Amino acid sequence: MIKVENLYKKFDKHNVLNGIDIEIKPGEVVCVIGPSGSGKSTFLRCLNLLENPTDGHIYFKGADLTDKNANINQLRQKMGMVFQQFNLFPHMTVLENMTVAPKMLLGLSKADAEARAMGLLERVGLADRAGSYPSQLSGGQKQRVAIVRALCMEPEVMLFDEPTSALDPEMVGEVLDVMKELAHANMTMVVVTHEMGFAREVGERIIFIDEGVIVEQGTPDEIFNNPQSERLKNFLAKVL
Amino acid sequence: MIPISIQNWFIDAFNAIQEWFNQIINAVNGWLDQLADTFLTDDRYLWLLEGLENTLIITVGALLLGIALGTVISVVKYFAEDFKPLKPVSWLFSTYVTVIRGIPMTVLLLIVYYIIFADSNNGIMVGIIAFGLNSAAYISEIVRGGISAVDKGQMEAARSLGMSRLQGMRKVVFPQAIKNMLPAVGNEMIALLKETSVAGYVAVRDLTRAASQVRNITYDSVNPLAVTAITYLVIVLILTWLLSKFEKRLRKSDKG
Repeated sequence: MIKVENLYKKFDKHNVLNGIDIEIKPGEVVCVIGPSGSGKSTFLRCLNLLENPTDGHIYFKGADLTDKNANINQLRQKMGMVFQQFNLFPHMTVLENMTVAPKMLLGLSKADAEARAMGLLERVGLADRAGSYPSQLSGGQKQRVAIVRALCMEPEVMLFDEPTSALDPEMVGEVLDVMKELAHANMTMVVVTHEMGFAREVGERIIFIDEGVIVEQGTPDEIFNNPQSERLKNFLAKVL
Repeated sequence: MIPISIQNWFIDAFNAIQEWFNQIINAVNGWLDQLADTFLTDDRYLWLLEGLENTLIITVGALLLGIALGTVISVVKYFAEDFKPLKPVSWLFSTYVTVIRGIPMTVLLLIVYYIIFADSNNGIMVGIIAFGLNSAAYISEIVRGGISAVDKGQMEAARSLGMSRLQGMRKVVFPQAIKNMLPAVGNEMIALLKETSVAGYVAVRDLTRAASQVRNITYDSVNPLAVTAITYLVIVLILTWLLSKFEKRLRKSDKG
């Protein structure tokens, strides 16, 4: 579904990504772990071109995103993204947050978009907050809304950029539960996370990135119980 | 029985108060006569009304022009940050802002009137254009500040949903930026209203110019200037009141 070839990213003189190759299959849940500053967030943001790769190719369903003529706006409709800082639109209600893009980009009528949004809100237990503004929600509620806002576009891939890092500890669970449900519903997911428990439980493949390269990858069992490289062993010793 | 001396004192005091009273009434009457003479003779108050109308026309026209042009300038500069072909236009706009901000308003007005529109005698149009060009430079900076105060994540979220930069700007970033801009635009509006008082340089009868004409013909300096000053003040007070109401309404949508 997503194929990354030889991905490089440079910020000024600073090399962040130094040649990443990976292929993500439909329905796969890939968790990306690594120390901070390792380039894992940049890698994720390159997947939907929020960061422009310096070199390399990213294919999404066969289309080369890095091609100058690629219709990136159209391709992004199929790739939902959830941010660490939620990035809900503060001047819109929860319902408006969710329906603005489907109405504008998919041509849905107001009624259809709202029906779709309400269905999703029900799934995450927030139907009663449809008329609220983001400032009236807790962090966990905000992130659940951010997830269903992305789902409202019916994407084929969901990208999560440290979705629980900005949350109070007691709210992490409710967000991870939504993500677990999504994984069980066979959504293709790429999750940058510090939640090793989540990665171990839900991840089908774990990717360990350090200094801009994939140092090691494998099943949760291989990565957490039988790490090969010194760097991964050091990292796990610190976080587990 | 009250002693004579105290009775006399009361009578004196009463007379004195009556005397002051008469003086005040005479003064007020004199002032009213003067007012009538200054403003009603030859219907000179109509000059002031015409001046007020022209002042308001120039202010509103220039403000609209300034907002339109200022928004275009700042949005183009915003997009030029990641879109190379717009760079030269952006540079041109930056130069424009620098030049305009370095020229006194009166000089700019004279340039527009005597050089750019030398063939035109339409002082009001020239005024709208000159003040509008000037305002655009300041408003573009206000808009730029308002846009850059909106969190970068907002545009990223809009883009991640598939919106183009323009769609994200229109639906997500700009509505939030307006809230940041409003107080500064209000100040600019008030400054603009007062700046238009130099429009008389190009033969427009604005409020200030009308007052000067009345003053020249009547040799009465106090009343025309007082009326003019109070009129500006009242307009500013009304604008301030409207703005604070508008701001409150915008803020409500934030909190719900």
